[in-house]
Amino acid sequence: MKQDAAKSLRVFALELAIYAVFVAVYFFLVLHLLGGWLYRLEVQHRVVYALVAILLIAGQAVVLDAVTTALFRLIRRRWR
Amino acid sequence: MFFPISHTHINPFYLVVVGFVIGILGGFFGVGGSFIAGPALRLMGVDWNFAVGTDLAHIVGKSIVAARKHRSLGNVDLKLGMIMALGTIGGAEGGAQLIQALKRAGNVNSGVSWVAIVVYIGISVFMLWESHTTLKLHKGRSRTVSDAKAAASKADHSAFGSVTKKIQGIKIWPMVSLPTSGIPEISLWTILLVALIGGFFSGFLGGGAGYIRMPSLVYVLGIPTHLAVGTDLFEIVISASYGTFTHAIKGNVDILIALVMHTGAVIGAQIGVVATQYFAGPKIRLAFVPLPLIGAAIVIYTLATGHKL
Repeated sequence: MKQDAAKSLRVFALELAIYAVFVAVYFFLVLHLLGGWLYRLEVQHRVVYALVAILLIAGQAVVLDAVTTALFRLIRRRWR
Repeated sequence: MFFPISHTHINPFYLVVVGFVIGILGGFFGVGGSFIAGPALRLMGVDWNFAVGTDLAHIVGKSIVAARKHRSLGNVDLKLGMIMALGTIGGAEGGAQLIQALKRAGNVNSGVSWVAIVVYIGISVFMLWESHTTLKLHKGRSRTVSDAKAAASKADHSAFGSVTKKIQGIKIWPMVSLPTSGIPEISLWTILLVALIGGFFSGFLGGGAGYIRMPSLVYVLGIPTHLAVGTDLFEIVISASYGTFTHAIKGNVDILIALVMHTGAVIGAQIGVVATQYFAGPKIRLAFVPLPLIGAAIVIYTLATGHKL
């Protein structure tokens, strides 16, 4: 039982570490590449900005969920 | 790191951690976590109008993930969720308009802070009383066959049950049935009123207002807690999208902050959803009690000191 718990914890820690690398890369892409464009959009075209904001957050949700689910499945399969 | 839209400097890793914590809360309690997100953004010097709008945007992403998980577990009443979305959108617009009025009057930060403190403390006190009373009622009672059946069907008990029955008995046409939630008949207006109030707080205090809607679904409409959690999340996807849109065109959304917070929330939500399977309804509600109090404490701190951390 204890062994199972320790194993789950190790798998989870590995998942978090890999995910942290993804997130760091993602920060660079979003904040540096999209930041200026989104700022200008927010100042000049509010309605377009509002629509883009919803699309971005919804798109990120679906993509990140798919990525994390696939990542978790892959790691757990390899660990067994 | 500088976020140009809201003109604030925030460490992005702070946002990820806040998102992670909120993700767990969202997955587990079915609430957007704005009672933590709003105060956490205020703590970094973000104005309330931006905290509210940005939190709504972040909630959209987080709720999509959590609602999908709950749907796969059979915890979503689609019919109830669609009806509630209509009322919530109306309420959210009302809340957003009030924010604009306070912004024009120049006292949005103090105005929203006081309302937030009263609402967060009120919810904690009520849920503490209810879940404690419910757990006490069932303590010592031997587990009967019907109890076991109720647990298996995700139905749960509430000390507020008699009031819920009276509310369900209000017969104002049109009446609707919610078979997924086990409610044979309830007035459409009762559902819309609950949604309207939740929507107003969503537009005014940010997030999905799950801290109002989740207890309302359980205590007022009588929805089993597990279904209330999933349905609330499903409904938040629709209403928070509208809230994000209306706040964004009013200049209250920093989508960059929302995107960064959401990266942490994705992982947190996965953990939270799985955790709901191991706890009974009243215990989930009891565990919820300290969370709005934490939010209230942060708001009191920022209000009293006028400083960010």
